[in-house]
Amino acid sequence: MSGLYGFLFGMWVLIIIGGGIMVGLLGPFSIQQFGDFHWIITSGIKVTVALILVVIWILILSKLKNYIFKKELKF
Amino acid sequence: MIELIIPAIISCILAFFVVYFTTPPLIKILLKKNYTVKDMNKKENVMVARPGGISIILGIVVSEIVLYGFFQINEILALLITTTAAFLIGYVDDRKVMGGWFKPVTLAIAALPIIFLGAYDSDLVFPLFGDVQIPLLYLGLVIFMIPITGNTINSIDVLNGVASGFMVIASFTLSICLFILQNYEIAIVSLPLGFVSLAFYKYHKIPSKIFPGDSGALTFGAMYGVIAIIGGVEIIAAIALLPAVINSFLFLSSVKRVVEHRQIKGKPVEHTDDFKLKATNDKTAPVTLVRLILAAGPLTEKQIGFAIFKLGIFSGILAIITAFMVGVSL
Repeated sequence: MSGLYGFLFGMWVLIIIGGGIMVGLLGPFSIQQFGDFHWIITSGIKVTVALILVVIWILILSKLKNYIFKKELKF
Repeated sequence: MIELIIPAIISCILAFFVVYFTTPPLIKILLKKNYTVKDMNKKENVMVARPGGISIILGIVVSEIVLYGFFQINEILALLITTTAAFLIGYVDDRKVMGGWFKPVTLAIAALPIIFLGAYDSDLVFPLFGDVQIPLLYLGLVIFMIPITGNTINSIDVLNGVASGFMVIASFTLSICLFILQNYEIAIVSLPLGFVSLAFYKYHKIPSKIFPGDSGALTFGAMYGVIAIIGGVEIIAAIALLPAVINSFLFLSSVKRVVEHRQIKGKPVEHTDDFKLKATNDKTAPVTLVRLILAAGPLTEKQIGFAIFKLGIFSGILAIITAFMVGVSL
């Protein structure tokens, strides 16, 4: 059970850090040189970056899971 | 403040007692019509009434309509429409076995009223670091949120009382966080979910007299997701739900595809001679939260339920800490 609490806490820390990266990377990002379409292009780039961050987050979570539950996952 | 307290008290009383008094006759009707399923974790051949989603949605609809009479905000309308749609989707799945993609796709469609009614704020709030405006990305988040929370609650509905008991902890945590963030109207709108779950838990706890079924679990999950969106507490809601999220994550990372539980051949857990549950060595079986809890040794159904509730309380504490952190800026 301690492994599960550790994993929960690890997920929480990853969410907080991930939030910081999201705000730091995506918050100030803006493109102005495309006229009326700038918000669509800006949003599109933000979506792509956010998706990449989510994939990285899941990969880190998988590594964390394998590390914490290396004994338990030998089913 | 008094204009908020009275609707809060009335809606909470209605939410609790509508479920409390309608569930026993519902059980009788379901048993009479032979709408029952076998309780797989009982030694004897115990048949349990299903689905209990009917009394759950009744409690939610009655209490939220009363709240709409007081507040008349689009957020309550969006909550009512999306949650009722989720109930109907679950009810179809209770009556007829649907494919693995049926629930995610239809629940995504059920989320559309939130967008059409403008019951959201596209700023995503993060603790310590402030918020980020993501208009286009947020629309995607709204559409994905309801299938995720719906299926996440559905995935932990595996033992007597776990889904409703866990929902009591998660939804009251979310209400506390909304009060901390001084979002009083949505906090009051969220309270009926906790009281509905609490009333249903009385009949769902071990030994279950009724199962929520997909209709009940999806109703719980969808309403939780809607509250997260209309309250602007998506990150906090995800944290309060972490034990269930872990269950879905472990399942998906071991199965590596979106699939219905009933389509999985391998058994993650089995019974001992004294009918405790223990983890199997089946490599084809998915890794689940229950299987990890049982990795240390066999436990009774009740002990596993309490282990999940303890994890829920732990993540609830993390969610409340996060709510306090939202007010702090680095």
